[in-house]
Amino acid sequence: MSNLVNDFVIRFANVNGTGSASANTLFAKSVFRMGVPVTPKNIFPSNIQGLPTWYEVRVNERGYLGRRAGIDLLVGVNPQSMPNDVRSVRPGGYFLYDSSRPLDPSLRRDDIHYIGIPMILLCQKHFEVPRVQQLLKNMVYIGALTALLDLEMDVVKQLVVEQFKSKEKLVASNHLALDLGFQYAREHYDCPLPLRVERRNSIGNRIMMTGNTACALGAIYGGATVAAWYPITPSTSVVDAFEKYANRLRTDPETGEKKFAIVQAEDELAALGVVIGAMWNGARAFTATSGPGISLMNEFLGLAYFAEIPAVLIDVQRGGPSTGMPTRTQQSDILLAAYASHGDTKHPLLFPSTPTECFEMTADAFDLAERLQTPVIVMSDLDLGMNEHLTPPLRWDDQRQYDRGKVLDAKALESIQNWGRYLDIDGDGIPYRTIPGTHPTKGSFFTRGSSKDEYARYTEDGEAYRRNMDRLLKKWQTARKLVHAPEFLQPEPRHPEAMIFFGTSAYAAMEALDELRAIGIDLDAMRLRAFPFNQAVHDFIEQHERVFVVEQNRDAQMRSLLMIELGISPQKLVPVLQYDGFPITAAAIVSQIARYHPAAAELLGGNGYSHAVTVSQKS
Amino acid sequence: MTYLRPDIRHPESQRNALGYTRKYYEGALSTLCAGCGHDSVSGAIIQACFELAIEPHRVAKLSGIGCSSKTPTYFLGNSHGFNSVHGRMPSVATGANLANRDLIYLGISGDGDTASIGMGQFVHALRRNLNITYIVMNNGCYGLTKGQDSATADEGSKNKTGHVNPFHGIDLCGVAIELGATFVARSFSGDKGQLIPLIKAALSHQGFAFIDVLSPCVTFNNNPGSTKSYDYVREHMEVTAAVDYIPEKAEITAAYAEGEACVVTLHDGSHVVLRKPDPAWQPTDRIAAMKRLHEARQKGEILTGVVYLEPAGRDLHAMLNTSRRPLNSLRESDLCPGSAALERINAENR
Repeated sequence: MSNLVNDFVIRFANVNGTGSASANTLFAKSVFRMGVPVTPKNIFPSNIQGLPTWYEVRVNERGYLGRRAGIDLLVGVNPQSMPNDVRSVRPGGYFLYDSSRPLDPSLRRDDIHYIGIPMILLCQKHFEVPRVQQLLKNMVYIGALTALLDLEMDVVKQLVVEQFKSKEKLVASNHLALDLGFQYAREHYDCPLPLRVERRNSIGNRIMMTGNTACALGAIYGGATVAAWYPITPSTSVVDAFEKYANRLRTDPETGEKKFAIVQAEDELAALGVVIGAMWNGARAFTATSGPGISLMNEFLGLAYFAEIPAVLIDVQRGGPSTGMPTRTQQSDILLAAYASHGDTKHPLLFPSTPTECFEMTADAFDLAERLQTPVIVMSDLDLGMNEHLTPPLRWDDQRQYDRGKVLDAKALESIQNWGRYLDIDGDGIPYRTIPGTHPTKGSFFTRGSSKDEYARYTEDGEAYRRNMDRLLKKWQTARKLVHAPEFLQPEPRHPEAMIFFGTSAYAAMEALDELRAIGIDLDAMRLRAFPFNQAVHDFIEQHERVFVVEQNRDAQMRSLLMIELGISPQKLVPVLQYDGFPITAAAIVSQIARYHPAAAELLGGNGYSHAVTVSQKS
Repeated sequence: MTYLRPDIRHPESQRNALGYTRKYYEGALSTLCAGCGHDSVSGAIIQACFELAIEPHRVAKLSGIGCSSKTPTYFLGNSHGFNSVHGRMPSVATGANLANRDLIYLGISGDGDTASIGMGQFVHALRRNLNITYIVMNNGCYGLTKGQDSATADEGSKNKTGHVNPFHGIDLCGVAIELGATFVARSFSGDKGQLIPLIKAALSHQGFAFIDVLSPCVTFNNNPGSTKSYDYVREHMEVTAAVDYIPEKAEITAAYAEGEACVVTLHDGSHVVLRKPDPAWQPTDRIAAMKRLHEARQKGEILTGVVYLEPAGRDLHAMLNTSRRPLNSLRESDLCPGSAALERINAENR
């Protein structure tokens, strides 16, 4: 194995519920503090305790933040998954294990290196309580890695201090465990390995944050006062974070009164019902859910679309269909969300790629929902939502005013002679609404999911119905201009072929563009950020002969949406897909695109990264 | 259509404390069947709001789907109304209430809307003690789809087609008491003398006020053999106690014999006076209330009046400790923590 300074993948194989998460996070955070870009991914089971769980960290000083297949070093402390874990190491890689007991000979491979650290023996010698021994075993391997990978011990220890700032007495024992592992590795192995970390200054002012935390902060900064939800992986931590930060930032220090309300609803139907009721009544409200929740919310999404009530939803997508793979990532709710509910319905969607965008787009979603008087769905995914990402710091303009849209207050109602809830006064398809309780005699109306005329009166007149449906379509055209424009990766189109991607596929797609360029395939690129598609999306596709659409689902759903909404020929749009539940890799994108360039594909050869590195588990 | 209503009113029509006549509390013309019990309930709501001198625009009317859920169009024309989706009114009302705790929330539902498709939401609104008056217009059948039995149809009740219901009927008052409602009453659309004071008391109550109003379906379930027909209900009504509602400022001047009347003071200072035949009965005793419901059912009686009343319960806002100022009145300056706080959060994540 060649010198792998600041460019490797390490995977930790643990048993779920054994305290490994905080130790593994410590590792990733230490690399981050040493100024080297790092991407941790939690690969966890739908289980609380006992099943195998993995934590994968990619260290890459060039700043590629997508997942990369191929494991250079595996920390294998789960006997259950060990045979597969040993197999998953790249030839020439390392397998670090607990040598307190001898390794089963069947787990020996000739083409990888073994590093044995007697983790539990060291713990038994220095700590009395068995539970503590188990927990600190994790810190022993972090200590060993600190020596092997040349991490700065001061950095690691400082993070321990910060982690246990409220439980000071735990610091000493954790520090001791780190030292035990460190010394053992130093004494028994050549440290550091060729695979190692060297301090750099490649982080800038970036932060490490999960998309779910960023969405929650976006909701707080965006003025959400009501959150209603039903617990579902992988969205649960959105509301957890909303509660945490709202308690801190929105509680009256004197009275303890809260400027927010959180309702854990009986199901997702009720969750969206609460949101709709609150926004109908003039508060900003949101729900966070995942695909199964969106399925249930279809009924209310249709109501909100047709009755024109704002709502904000955060869909942290996971593997479908049905219960699917609840702890794996996918971008497979695109069509469901775009056209949710029966009848002719469509909904604006926002596609954040980073936690920073999760923050911005969630805040923007409230403005858009109120401006357009319709539900807006922020389309995150498990990878973005639950994993920590290196991301630009969150920014807020203190001059920013919320756009509450066309809402008439008592004074405005006094001055209007002919108000109709669904009258299109401005020609943009967006009517004026009123909030209950505004005026004693003006502005009251009946909100309903049945057909109505411009004055909100129930009607079965086909002509009035059609006028209303056409106005909703006009409003959709207005939405096209208001939602986030795509991001172009070049100032002007230069090449006949292009790549389109969105959401978390962006990390791998950017890396793939560089790799493709290296083998002579030059592509223009566009990152979609919203649905409905702006004119610019249409124009970009028109300017290219062939467009690869990268997404993480089986049916190329975004490709379908582009075809349906923009009338693009199916021949022009080539699907590039990964849907095994793992975050998409650059290698997967490169190999699929290279098929269309046989000469370049020759150059590709075997890059040593097996795309299909899957973790099988006994069940 | 029930009736045609003349637009001309007597110039000396009675006015309430706000100076409004009863007409100010009316809504659009009803499109329900002539003789529908629901129209009487609408009339009782109009009368109760008129007598209480409520500002109609401070009321939000919410409903689900069905004949009963159409009625909010027929009263309080100056109130905002929300005809939501089938069985989902409780969640919409919950959100609306969280957004503005200062309005009066009136939920209108039916037996299909509440006891079948909406049972899930109904029971959870109950356990949150949402501050709402929730009226079920209960006729034991699905009117809009032509008379199928609902989940409140009594076992053995015969519908218009002669079908005898084999299933146990759900007693919504029992469910409400069991799951946390703090005001539970039953009445009959044909008994305005009882219904109007009950609605007034319910509107004054802070917390979940539930009224199950037997409201016969003249078209599909008013036949012999039905236990939700006008005749059957009239013949089988058994009253827990006669109800008087005395508003906040009035003093209780009427003299009641010892043990005859029980006075319950509501959150807003108004009083409910229950003149009861049984001196031992206490409306605040949850267990006794359940027992009485079961006993009445066993005897084939329909127990009406206040069944259970707990005036001091904490509502959802109290449980969540939400701000006294309505959430929908908070602005950027109240809600947005600003860039400095965000910079601190950034720093914590480095």
